[in-house]
Amino acid sequence: MDKARIIRAVQSPYFKEVPQVKPGDSVRVYFKVVEGEKERTQAWEGLVISVRGSGLDRTFTVRKMSFGVGVERIFPLHSPRIERIEILSRGKVRRAKLYYLRGRSTKEARIEEKR
Amino acid sequence: MAVVEYGMIGEKVGMTRIFSENGSSFPVTVIKCGPCFVVQKKTKEKDGYEALQLGYDQTKEKKLNKPTLGHLKKANVPALRELAEFRFKETDKYEVGQTLKVEGFKVGDRVDVSGKSKGKGFAGVVKRLGYHGGSATHGSMFHRRPGSVGATDPERVFKGKGLPGRMGNEKVTVKNLEVVGIREERDLLLVKGSVPGSSGTTVIIRKKSS
Repeated sequence: MDKARIIRAVQSPYFKEVPQVKPGDSVRVYFKVVEGEKERTQAWEGLVISVRGSGLDRTFTVRKMSFGVGVERIFPLHSPRIERIEILSRGKVRRAKLYYLRGRSTKEARIEEKR
Repeated sequence: MAVVEYGMIGEKVGMTRIFSENGSSFPVTVIKCGPCFVVQKKTKEKDGYEALQLGYDQTKEKKLNKPTLGHLKKANVPALRELAEFRFKETDKYEVGQTLKVEGFKVGDRVDVSGKSKGKGFAGVVKRLGYHGGSATHGSMFHRRPGSVGATDPERVFKGKGLPGRMGNEKVTVKNLEVVGIREERDLLLVKGSVPGSSGTTVIIRKKSS
């Protein structure tokens, strides 16, 4: 009995078709939020600074500047609440985790675009 | 022993996370559950109480000893590795030799899961008993020690005083876990939260009768 295969079979109905999100990408995430009774879609636009986990467990962190304050949000990649993920640009980065951007101002935190 | 509405023997496969309908994720343990066979029926007249002995996990006959094999032969069931007794509420509904499947549980049921916890070896008092220990720095030379073990007057240490020793590898029961899914085609039971032991441990699942 192969345990890993059994686990994968349990997870399989939850997998979604998702774009490849990488650190350094600028993305716009359309996320469904529930407000009281109503459900609406909210867009969250920013830079992917971290991708971790594998399979169904994969999550990514999106950082953006909101009124001069850096805000980060972690999304599970396969969450059913994510309507879609738009990739605006691919960044040219040399490490997997871009935590060094946290200490920097907007101008310093620019990332060169990948061509 | 508590009376159960339904019970089975299974095997922990591992953990993962899945998403609920409203989109939030939660941890689940996957248990390979059965099929179990009714090996023996204990009756009030003969044994003084009513219960079912269930068996699980088919193995080679040569792996079992002869008394066990003879016991299994009597019930006309295959060679089974694990045997466990359950005090079923309605033993009349079951016959010796009958197969029990995971379908006996329902999504939304609350179950108790018992198994053998992971062995931690010889552990100190901080890990084993939750003593706080001393400070790590500022000249402290008292880090993870047990401290005083008693007063001078009794001239002995009281029985049951918590000290370092073997930890884990003992029977642990996690109560009131929610059944979140059943996969009949693979005999799988999904429960919310964690279950004792490492993957591959034999676990006992009981649905208590209210």
